[in-house]
Amino acid sequence: MNFPIDEIRKDFPILSRPVNGRPLVYFDNGATAQTPRQVVEAMDRVYYEYNSNIHRGIHTLSNLSTEAFEAAREKVRDFINAAESRQIIFTRGTTEAINLVAHSFGAAFMQPGDALVVSEMEHHSNIVPWQLLAERMQLELKVLPVLDNGELDLAALPALLDERTRLLAITHISNVLGTINPVKDIVALAHSKGVKVLIDGAQAIHHTKVDVAALDCDFYVFSGHKMYGPTGTGVLYGKVELLEAMPPWQGGGEMIQQVRFSGSTYNELPYKFEAGTPDYVGVVGLGAAVDYLQQLGMAEIAAYEKELFAYAVERLEGLGDLIFYGRAAQRGSLLSFLPEGIHPFDTGTLLDKMGIAVRTGHHCAQPLMDRFGIPGTVRASFGLYNTKSEVDALAEGLLKVRQLFA
Amino acid sequence: MTIEEREKEIVEEFSMLSDWMDRYSLLIELGNDLTDFEEEHRSNQNLIEGCQSKVWLYAWEKDGLIYFMADSDAIIVKGIVALLIRVLNGRTPDEILEAPLAFVDAIGLKEHLSPTRSNGLVAMIKQMRMYALAYKTKLAR
Ligand SMILES: Cc1ncc(COP(=O)(O)O)c(C=O)c1O
Repeated sequence: MNFPIDEIRKDFPILSRPVNGRPLVYFDNGATAQTPRQVVEAMDRVYYEYNSNIHRGIHTLSNLSTEAFEAAREKVRDFINAAESRQIIFTRGTTEAINLVAHSFGAAFMQPGDALVVSEMEHHSNIVPWQLLAERMQLELKVLPVLDNGELDLAALPALLDERTRLLAITHISNVLGTINPVKDIVALAHSKGVKVLIDGAQAIHHTKVDVAALDCDFYVFSGHKMYGPTGTGVLYGKVELLEAMPPWQGGGEMIQQVRFSGSTYNELPYKFEAGTPDYVGVVGLGAAVDYLQQLGMAEIAAYEKELFAYAVERLEGLGDLIFYGRAAQRGSLLSFLPEGIHPFDTGTLLDKMGIAVRTGHHCAQPLMDRFGIPGTVRASFGLYNTKSEVDALAEGLLKVRQLFA
Repeated sequence: MTIEEREKEIVEEFSMLSDWMDRYSLLIELGNDLTDFEEEHRSNQNLIEGCQSKVWLYAWEKDGLIYFMADSDAIIVKGIVALLIRVLNGRTPDEILEAPLAFVDAIGLKEHLSPTRSNGLVAMIKQMRMYALAYKTKLAR
């Protein structure tokens, strides 16, 4: 396989730092992925060489800055195979993108008495904005259940997509179970019932090739910091006819055409949804992250991670005393488990002492924890720079935890 | 034994253990040994919910001294809880309010008392002092 892992790891200086006297093993990629040199350097260059506000000035630096910002938009467009770059709206992250849609789609397309559907495996970011909208507009929020194996109960979906339902908001890959949802089929089903679909791609965008044209989804959202880009950046992709019909969310500079006290007119897409000075430095970094992923190749990354995941499953299942959550036929990128009789907090604390970073707790998915009747899990989530020997370190670490409790 | 003496005693116990594994082993042991929590007090009113783990704390007063009973679902947290009770049990409200609790830092467990840990311990100590304050007010009447 053409995946020079040793070279790749060198792109991430943080990976060579010790933690608690041990080499860092970073398995909290689901929360935030580390940032390669290339991304940091791209942002350095903005600050050192052409920092200036975008879309504002006629001077050289402002033009350079604007060009770099818009070039990043074009990179993202190409990355997810969107038809037009005005379909790419920069946000602060997945959460902000979902809030934007909740506000503006709700205002344009929903009436009191209408319904929305989310699944039981959603991150709080893909639940609470809809709850707020439902409260504000007197909508019904319906929930698509999750099966014991961690797959969506798709048999229950058609009945939820009734004539009152306007939107289905669903995650591409579960941040707790690793389930890869059949989003393409889900979109097709929803569309056949006249229901629009928002896909939360926060856990998918960096693991698999995302093609919004092939998915035919109405909205696709993701965060920069989970795809090796800078924190504080994110993307909302939307279909043009929907975005055009949706009113602006936040008001300010950049998003207007004319401002009069008798009324203002709004700028065209995508600027209508980008009020105020955006994180243009971060966006350039996000563009560099896209370049980084493209250079490695999403197919190569997916193949490498698939093998690593299979190894991790084999290795951790081999320990014999872990209870795994999520056994979907299609899954990947992370493992959620509980060592029998040991609290996730204790496990995470002791692993940290060994330099191993995992996430413990409810992973911002309390309804899903309730569904399985557990307070939380230990989650090891993998990134493109992780290795089998790191998986070994985790397995050995878990053995030590067990010993401490013996 | 005064609070200072108790704290010193704990620091000495831990200082004999140079390896972090041994220190945590002892904490786990202390946690496992803390079994006197009475189920009738496991109520929401006595629950301190951290994001990561839960602590139940119950307090009562007898002859001007305050006593605590506590539990946690995480053993490491419970071990630290056991140490806190060992130091603060059977003290006057003023002693509890003024206890430095420097031993937590001295035995290398300070990180567990950082508010960002959200394991319920910080809130628990606050609650212990609140109880002390409440009983102090009551006793003064
Ligand atoms: C599936 C999913 N959706 C949404 C989010 C929220 O992302 P952000 O905090 O970057 O807005 C996360 C991050 O944890 C996630 O895993």
